[in-house]
Amino acid sequence: MGAWYWWMIIGMAIVTYLPRAIPLAFLEGRELPPAIQNVLRNIPYAVLGALIFPAIFFVQENIWFGIIGAAAAFGIAFAGANVMTVVLGSIAVLAVYSVWFL
Amino acid sequence: MDDRGFFSGIKAGTSIAVGYFPIALTFGLLAKTTGLSLIEATAMSIFVYAGAAQYISLSLIAAGVSPLLIVLNTFVVNIRHFLMTASLNEKMQPEKKWIKALYAFGVTDESFSVLATQKGGKLRTSFGIGVIVVAYGSWVVFTAVGHLIGANLPHFLQAAMSIALYAMFVGLLVPSMRENRKVVSLALIAGLINSFFYFTGWLSTGWAILVSTLASAILIEIISSKGRRV
Repeated sequence: MGAWYWWMIIGMAIVTYLPRAIPLAFLEGRELPPAIQNVLRNIPYAVLGALIFPAIFFVQENIWFGIIGAAAAFGIAFAGANVMTVVLGSIAVLAVYSVWFL
Repeated sequence: MDDRGFFSGIKAGTSIAVGYFPIALTFGLLAKTTGLSLIEATAMSIFVYAGAAQYISLSLIAAGVSPLLIVLNTFVVNIRHFLMTASLNEKMQPEKKWIKALYAFGVTDESFSVLATQKGGKLRTSFGIGVIVVAYGSWVVFTAVGHLIGANLPHFLQAAMSIALYAMFVGLLVPSMRENRKVVSLALIAGLINSFFYFTGWLSTGWAILVSTLASAILIEIISSKGRRV
């Protein structure tokens, strides 16, 4: 790659950094209206919903990976396991699935 | 305020590190096949640190798209973080602006999710930095490793590990779902709206996540504030 690559990296770094830094730095010490605070408190769970669905079903071309992986993750999580157990457990279930059934 | 510090943050961020491992490894490998040197590939992970945008940039580089357009696309893909860091600000302890501006660099979908869903009060800066450092470390190191070894994990493991980050999101969401029906509605509605955009193709992924998250958060707030008034 030529010099343009490094200019591109700088550009990408700046446009990625700004949306991360501006709210954190500029909202510091500011009291937002209660309605906006409530919406912001809702964001984490809404984000998780949007990050999980529908992408979880399409982790592989074979849709069964997504379906079985999602079932495993929700099953293990609802059983009360911590996050790491959910992650490793889901990987293990899919590893077994792909070794034995494919 | 929550009293956990740096090392508890490392521990809480370890599931991100596991989830980043296969993705970063594959990124390093793909970067190599796209023609990037080890330094070039690793530099992107060091300075940009944004999974989806980095993957897209590789395919755009391979297609010969102009660098300016790649930068523009990166902005579009990552603008959703604006919403996340605004929300995260409510969860983090008050801190000097420059320190917040510094750790803001490490806010990704994943580190945001881990931090924002912690139980209890505001989080210490050191806890946040712990989560960020272990996640970032994994991303950078495994990008380089992927480029260096130039080979991927055995296929069954690669396929199985592709669930890791989604399983983490599920593991973060479910405990709150059990306690709070509002959480169920928030996640479900955002997931439905995002699925709608996915299947219709009306919005690209970055915008779809932004719009569906905001729509769900506002809608549920309107519904629940009406409930409070009655």
